Amino acid sequence: MARYGMVIDTKKCVGCTDCVIACETENNVPEGFARDWIEQIAVGKFPDTTVEIRSERCNHCSDAPCVTCCPTGASHHSDLGGIVLVTPNECIGCKACIESCPYGARFVNPEGYVEKCTFCIHRVKEGKDPACVSVCPTHCMHFGDLDDPNSEVSKLLQKRRNHSLIPEAGTNPNIFYLT
Amino acid sequence: MFEITTTRHNHLIDPILHAWTWQIPVYLFLGGLVAGMMIISGFFLFRGRHKEESCSCFYLPYISFIILSVGMLFLFLDLEHKQYVWRLYTTFQITSPMSWGAWILILVYPILLANMILRVPKSVVKKIPKIEEFSKKILEHKWAVKNIGIINMLLGAMVGMYTGILLSSLGARPLWSSAVLWMLFLVSGLSGAAAFVHLIAKNDYERKLLAKSDNGFLVIELFVIAMMIIGLLTSSSSHMAAAILLLNGPYASVFWVFVVGMGIVIPLFIQLLAVNQKIHHTPIAPIMVIVGGLILRFVIVSAGQLSHWF
Repeated sequence: MARYGMVIDTKKCVGCTDCVIACETENNVPEGFARDWIEQIAVGKFPDTTVEIRSERCNHCSDAPCVTCCPTGASHHSDLGGIVLVTPNECIGCKACIESCPYGARFVNPEGYVEKCTFCIHRVKEGKDPACVSVCPTHCMHFGDLDDPNSEVSKLLQKRRNHSLIPEAGTNPNIFYLT
Repeated sequence: MFEITTTRHNHLIDPILHAWTWQIPVYLFLGGLVAGMMIISGFFLFRGRHKEESCSCFYLPYISFIILSVGMLFLFLDLEHKQYVWRLYTTFQITSPMSWGAWILILVYPILLANMILRVPKSVVKKIPKIEEFSKKILEHKWAVKNIGIINMLLGAMVGMYTGILLSSLGARPLWSSAVLWMLFLVSGLSGAAAFVHLIAKNDYERKLLAKSDNGFLVIELFVIAMMIIGLLTSSSSHMAAAILLLNGPYASVFWVFVVGMGIVIPLFIQLLAVNQKIHHTPIAPIMVIVGGLILRFVIVSAGQLSHWF
């Protein structure tokens, strides 16, 4: 089975939020909510400072705590590349998954069920990239199968220095940031 | 400098997580109270105290039944997708403590009913006279009463532990990821229940016994709180920061004054004097224990949501 993931080049990302707008448009994200977002992290003491701009979203973790804690099985790994999904009519809105996510990637849709990034699975099924990846004006985002050594994402991870977010939480996230 | 600027502003998540508000701590408190009362009632049945006319084991299951139902109502009120609540009972998710809890709570009702049937209110007996015969038959068999007591204690312990494990299984919140949180909630539930039964017990022997045992529970609770904080302080920097929320951070005053001081140390001191016959038993100490237990749940749930990995 494939393991879908993303590789995002922080050296190219300018934080334009095109990915955020594309996601909201593609997935009809309710107003005031966001499935993906931009974080700008400034570290250091002047003049030795560094800034990293990251497009963030659900990390579609291989060991996703949101999946294991769900009391109804609404949160689950899809057969398609292990994408983490929520089935709205199985979700009771207990919010345990929200509490279990170290990335704050989930929110309650105004209709009551929990919502999050789906890697635009409806597009992936058609062989397309997620909306955020396809609109990125600097081409800093890459989507593909992390288990395929010949995929673009695997090659980038072999070539470039990278990190994932909060690896110490032990969730095995599938989004990596090139630095 | 370490500065994060984000474009995310999701309701209940940002700027700090507050997805669980008042309903969950109240539910956890009431669940703990029921757990403690089931253990106490089960213990009395196991020891054969049902032969005593005024034994609390006859009315505790009725109170537990009501309190548990109110607790489950609060849990229901917290759900955002209420019309799908039935989904909890169409599956069993072995890795989900909430799924375990949902099924355990369903098992609790039949055993509470088994305990309730040992003495049925006269109004019910008037309508269904056969119930009294059934009660007499059970009471004639010592082993049956003992087994009802044992199952009460076991299920009570499971409910008490579950209220802690529900939180400690959520590793994303460093304050909750403690191996002793289940112990804290179980012993706090026991101490709250002992205080409550001490308040309402008609039997003098039980009142004295529960005051004594409550002192023991409060000492254990202090010890477990110390273990939990030491455990967090000797872990990662995220866990240390979580402990500091209670020790010296925004929750310090409420934690030290209302949970440790007024919820454990002062009532322990008052009850020690009462048990040693220096002063008369007073309802003030048990009330402080019960309120302290409720505030403990509020502090742990709220501070836990503030704690995070970094």
